[in-house]
Amino acid sequence: MERDDGMPVMEGAVCPMPLAHDVTVVMGHGSGGRMTHDLVRRRFQTVLGNPALEQGDDAAVLPLPEEPGRLAITTDAHIVAPLFFPGGDIGRLAVCGTVNDLAVMGARPLWLTASFILEEGLPLATLDKVIRSMREAADEAGVVIVAGDTKVAERGKADGLFISTAGVGWVPQGREASGRLARPGDAVLVSGPLGDHGIAVLEARGGLGLASDIVSDVAPIHGLVEALFQACRQVHVLRDPTRGGLATTLNEIARQSGVGVELDETAIPVRPAVQSACELLGMDPLYVANEGRLVAMVGGAEAEAALQALRRSRYGEGAARIGTVLADPAGRVLMRTAIGGTRLVDMLAGEMLPRIC
Amino acid sequence: MKHLDEYRDAHLVRRILEDLKHRVTRPWVIMEICGGQTHSIVRHGLDQLLPQGIELVHGPGCPVCVTALELIDKAQAIAARPEVIFASYGDMLRVPGSGRDLFAVRAAGGDVRVVYSPLDAVRLAQENPGRQVVFFAIGFETTAPANVMSVLQARALGLRNYSVLVSHVCVPPAMHAILGSPHNRVQGFLAAGHVCTVMGYHEYEPIAARYRVPIVVTGFEPLDLVQGIRLTVEQLESGRAEVENAYTRAVTRQGNAAAQQVIGQVFEVCDRNWRGIGRIPASGWRLRREYADFDAELRFEVQALRSEESPLCIAGQILQGLRRPADCAVFGGECTPEHPLGATMVSSEGACAAYYRYGRGA
Repeated sequence: MERDDGMPVMEGAVCPMPLAHDVTVVMGHGSGGRMTHDLVRRRFQTVLGNPALEQGDDAAVLPLPEEPGRLAITTDAHIVAPLFFPGGDIGRLAVCGTVNDLAVMGARPLWLTASFILEEGLPLATLDKVIRSMREAADEAGVVIVAGDTKVAERGKADGLFISTAGVGWVPQGREASGRLARPGDAVLVSGPLGDHGIAVLEARGGLGLASDIVSDVAPIHGLVEALFQACRQVHVLRDPTRGGLATTLNEIARQSGVGVELDETAIPVRPAVQSACELLGMDPLYVANEGRLVAMVGGAEAEAALQALRRSRYGEGAARIGTVLADPAGRVLMRTAIGGTRLVDMLAGEMLPRIC
Repeated sequence: MKHLDEYRDAHLVRRILEDLKHRVTRPWVIMEICGGQTHSIVRHGLDQLLPQGIELVHGPGCPVCVTALELIDKAQAIAARPEVIFASYGDMLRVPGSGRDLFAVRAAGGDVRVVYSPLDAVRLAQENPGRQVVFFAIGFETTAPANVMSVLQARALGLRNYSVLVSHVCVPPAMHAILGSPHNRVQGFLAAGHVCTVMGYHEYEPIAARYRVPIVVTGFEPLDLVQGIRLTVEQLESGRAEVENAYTRAVTRQGNAAAQQVIGQVFEVCDRNWRGIGRIPASGWRLRREYADFDAELRFEVQALRSEESPLCIAGQILQGLRRPADCAVFGGECTPEHPLGATMVSSEGACAAYYRYGRGA
């Protein structure tokens, strides 16, 4: 006889030793008792292992860097279906998303924390895979996951696994990047082709039947940011165009800085497979999510140096200059179309919906 | 991208536009029937590059926009039922009914799902034998073959839990309605390429002859559109009124015989209410009696609902080419894609949505 979670049911007098639930997450994993401890010790501490985490205290106590600078703090929640998709998974997404939010403020990412909401019934092998992926991404980004928490939600009340993160980074003195600092004459750069992540996840959900090999771009972009600061003196704006895509990001910057942005349609890099998928579904790659791309606005005179610096860096091989910052129309993004017309590029209104025909 | 870049060739587009400039001797009003064409025109900025005097007005060819309000209300009533999985193309979810949209129905607990094809809805019915799956079968001639195939497939699979809420409309009766109106301004048409892929273009020959208007079957890419406009202008300038095909890579005079055969097998002609325009006789399709088992309206016996349109919305006049989105007092103010008052602001093919999104008339 078996229960829903695959564990044997014991009847009558049984040994009082706790059952070793090592197949799926059960409510007991969130009890705060021994099962929680075992889960943390055997699964999280072993894989993520570092001195701060292994202390087992209620908070990590860490020394600030000695070089002059300022602290950057961010928080992010991660929900993705499916949990694994070509090119990544929710764990890599959680680490990279947090690292990238720090990086685009000019910060060197240092530490992350992660809270896990686990759904009862989640296979522990799945959790292990996600934790290993987080470790790999953290190593790649040079950050340490110094604190964590786990809660269990009843079956049906969470979609497998949610991760909530916080990140801390250090902004070295002299770096000032903000969406408010775009200036007329700045060059608009993007670090690679757009829309890979959004289409890869859509494809992984199945049902599109596109038989493509599109892989998510999820990656840490702090290396690109470092390269830019080394190559240029006038790095004004850095952003990662995630949900809402490039169009939404540029609109936010245009409004924050009170400037216009003019894009050149022919210069915007999009992979043919992503373009095809978007054409079929009635979507626009400008609005599709990215998880490993950097948008930068740098002084126009430094555009070429910035571009070369990006292209020499990992994840920046496909960098391109896609437009220019203008004084007018303030708060708006325009596009010179391939055939020579002009149009407005607005923010995404609501959910992006596939069209009917 | 192959099969697409060729039709976005900026050099060729400019050459045709240049040629067009030399041909135009007086103003002409041309209607593109299809919302997909409206969208492409504005997205590529083609409207700004046309010679002065050529005015494009936007036609009723957006299935989301013209689906009758009472049918949207019925869809919501069915979708709210606990036993129902309501499957729809994505665009329809945001269309306002009298009170709310399908997103609101979903938020209130209705099981509303976006599908990419009606055959996905059939699969949902197979996978959920204990639930009733209803597909919102809307559209012009273009979507009809896939929609009827879903009914035929459900019958072949013996599914008793699949039905369709049908709101099919056809292009030629709408052209009659526009051309027959005393307020009509349209002098030439770009016929909808995808509709003609299914139906061919022989149906338009009597219209061209009766109303003395040129009709050019036109595709959706910039080069297709400028070529369609050039052929229409050539006819207008030389006083001809014929049906021409500028979308030969997809369209033949007779169309897709197999698709027409299945449509005729499952659907029959009926009168339809067009949102914003009104009732047009013999302008749509409904299920034949033999397929009544698959008719969601009969299965769920939804009462006739009292439907009310926003009094501020001028979508009806826009869909007939009488007014333009920028003429509307609430455009971009009270009416935006986030809070649409009428369907033309919702659909990606709606003229108001295209104008708003690409910054026209703002």
